[in-house]
Amino acid sequence: MGDKGTFWLPESASTVSGDVDSLFYLVTWISVVIFVLVVAAMVYFMMRYRRHHAGQVGAPAHESKWFEMSTVVVSTILVLIVFTWGFRVYLKLNIAPPGAYEIQVTASQWKWDYTYPDGTVYAGDLHVPADKPVRLVMNSIDVLHSFFVPQFRVKQDVLPNRYSSVWFEATRADTFDVYCTEYCGNQHSGMLGQVIAHPQEEFEEWLASAGGGGLSPEEYGERLFGQNNCNTCHSIDGTRLVGPTMQGLFGSQRQLVSGESVEADENYLLSSIVAPAAQVVEGYPPAMPPSYGSLPQDQLDALVAYIKSVQ
Amino acid sequence: MSVATATPQATSGKTTYLNHDKSIRSWLLTLDHKRIGLLYLSTIVVVFLAAGILALLVRIELLAPGRTIVDAQTYNQFFSLHGILMVFLVIVPSVPAILGNFIMPLHIGAIDVAFPRLNLASYYIFMVGGVLVVIAMVVGQIDTGWTFYTPYSSRLGAPVIFMTLAVFIAGFSSILTGMNFIVTIHKMRAPGLTWNRLPLFVWSIYATSIVQVLATPVIGITMLLLLLEKTLGIGIFDPAMGGDPILFQHFFWFYSHPAVYIMILPAFGIISELMGVFSRQEVMGYKFVALSSVAIAFLGFLVWGHHMFVSGQSTVSSVVFSLITYLIGIPTGVKVINWVGTMYKGSVSLKTPMLYALSFLFLFTIGGLTGVMLGVLGVDVHLHDTYFVVAHFHYVMMGGTIVALIGGLYYWWPKITGKLYNETLGRIGCLLVFVGFNTTFFTQFVLGSQGMPRRYYDYAEKYADLHALSTYGSWILAVGLFVALYTFIQSLMRGAPAPANPWGGASLEWTHTTSPPSPHNFEEQPIVTHGPYDYHHFYAGDGQSVEAELASRSEA
Repeated sequence: MGDKGTFWLPESASTVSGDVDSLFYLVTWISVVIFVLVVAAMVYFMMRYRRHHAGQVGAPAHESKWFEMSTVVVSTILVLIVFTWGFRVYLKLNIAPPGAYEIQVTASQWKWDYTYPDGTVYAGDLHVPADKPVRLVMNSIDVLHSFFVPQFRVKQDVLPNRYSSVWFEATRADTFDVYCTEYCGNQHSGMLGQVIAHPQEEFEEWLASAGGGGLSPEEYGERLFGQNNCNTCHSIDGTRLVGPTMQGLFGSQRQLVSGESVEADENYLLSSIVAPAAQVVEGYPPAMPPSYGSLPQDQLDALVAYIKSVQ
Repeated sequence: MSVATATPQATSGKTTYLNHDKSIRSWLLTLDHKRIGLLYLSTIVVVFLAAGILALLVRIELLAPGRTIVDAQTYNQFFSLHGILMVFLVIVPSVPAILGNFIMPLHIGAIDVAFPRLNLASYYIFMVGGVLVVIAMVVGQIDTGWTFYTPYSSRLGAPVIFMTLAVFIAGFSSILTGMNFIVTIHKMRAPGLTWNRLPLFVWSIYATSIVQVLATPVIGITMLLLLLEKTLGIGIFDPAMGGDPILFQHFFWFYSHPAVYIMILPAFGIISELMGVFSRQEVMGYKFVALSSVAIAFLGFLVWGHHMFVSGQSTVSSVVFSLITYLIGIPTGVKVINWVGTMYKGSVSLKTPMLYALSFLFLFTIGGLTGVMLGVLGVDVHLHDTYFVVAHFHYVMMGGTIVALIGGLYYWWPKITGKLYNETLGRIGCLLVFVGFNTTFFTQFVLGSQGMPRRYYDYAEKYADLHALSTYGSWILAVGLFVALYTFIQSLMRGAPAPANPWGGASLEWTHTTSPPSPHNFEEQPIVTHGPYDYHHFYAGDGQSVEAELASRSEA
């Protein structure tokens, strides 16, 4: 991604990003001109009026009221132009066109869940139709998060006690990055995802198959393991990350911090997902957030089936 | 602070504030504003070193994607502590507490501040706050960032309460110092020192003090509400109890935005002094520069919402806050023009303090212009909470305040210690700081506009080159700062004795007292007959060099 972007900005891929970019470059160039003038004057004065002998004192310089006033007037006019333009772009960013396709977004530590109008819940990546305005109605179940797609130039904080919304229209079918930009704890930088924009028919086909129909529980669980960012803390190859690896976990004896020892059976796996603080394994911090408890039962079943299969 | 040995030529065996009583007790219980300034200096230098090392660790972790030296949890604590220490214990108190304490009473021809005991109490309150911060750091594993946003911070519970309590206590020191300075400036100016003859440093300290007194209580109120929420279960900020996290952000920025002006206004004052003295020229637009500090201090209370354009606050509020933000941008911009214009027809000497002042103009102009960019509503949506913001506020806080502070320290060093420093070393340090700083932080503008979010432990491969470059820059910056530190230490050990007025300054601390000053500042009550930058009046055309003129004055 970003290979078609410029030095300053990543590639532009939404209907509003062109407006944002024009404004960005306008302000950047005005700033560059002002900066160059200031530094040029500074360097010129520095050389021109350099002290040559120790006792030299500056010559009287008469202040020009006209100069002082003109700097105030010119800068006021400039900022009013920039303000007005910024205001118009902001309104455009904030007001979704009527009839936009609505998707519910639920943010939690540290994943994104998307609920489509037909009730399908899909975690991880956001699949949307390209060339069609999409409005996200967002809510968090724990702390603050923020939904940011650099290529679309849109960003909106996601709050636990009220809905916030953001809209965009992808100008082509492609894949774009989603970042969480409001600090949300340990795995803040792992709270990533992608926007995958499909042509309309392809999007409809995707939506019809998104619920995991046609996949075995293990395959569905494997997909969910990635979509829910489980893999940022739990490896499947024995590597030690923040949490224990899944490799060979099923059926093993687990030494808990409480001093007990339990066998990692299906019930242990399920309870560790929905109530991670209950049975913390020795040697690892109790860092897993409780937010996974809100996954639908069929998804939990699939995850347990997948973890069982990782040997 | 080590106690300076007698400096034979400059003070010819005179009693100075450094040698009149050398016991530890006389330092720790001193009521002398100069010694209190040095107590602050030594404390703040230690905190600055600690917070700077944390910054270096953060940069080393970001040298490459993935884990470099520490895990995510530790990294999150590092950047949180770096921010908390730098903001609350270094940049907020630095210039007023160190140079404001030492120089302001000398600038106005006073024997001390109005309430010397309160001044000492402020220092110890600051120390209590500082110690509590360190305890909260060590015990509490704070990882909230310096902004303590709820509900993430409410989940952590006690350590955050403890930390805000520490910040609250340190804040009291700020309030008391502010009150002390306001009274001092109003009531203790020397005869003839009218408001129009006040050095611009004093004007800026005055404006800062107003903000300190008015804004700091808000962080106290916020802390109290957090405490009530935690202990009594009243839902104020935590949505789990029916509170509102955006309300916390309003409270937080209602203090923390004015605090930005507590941090930068005193730096403006230092720069005004440096540009005047090292250009031997009246500071251009004196009245404008003086009054705009006060105007900025008041307007600074009305723009806090520009930190919250994408937080979910109403669109109308965002529009109003954006507009008022520009009202501050304009006088600030005109100030920069005035400082540059001060060199016009001047006699410009590129000594180390002036090099820092010119670096300030370069860096602060970038910081200011990018601040205006961030104030543009449509652009801020993209840039908010990215490295662009990180770069912007480092250009203002570090490139602005800290660079000005170091420049000010070099400038007043001969007055404070009675020693001269090595000019070559000073200049090398400044050059390294300038190059290192720009390498570290200019790259972060590009990272940010490319979409790199702040407070990220790990990042995408496409950002790796710029992150690595930024980290290399931080090493150059660190070397520059250590060269500066070495210059100061070397001067303390082996510096030549300083004359009373090594720069040819026209304000009272240079013209009417020795280097270092006597315990009571002035031998007799100074009477002011001219402006602080009136070099023409002061050295009017007798053909004598300023230095000779000054030498004869200090001997007389």
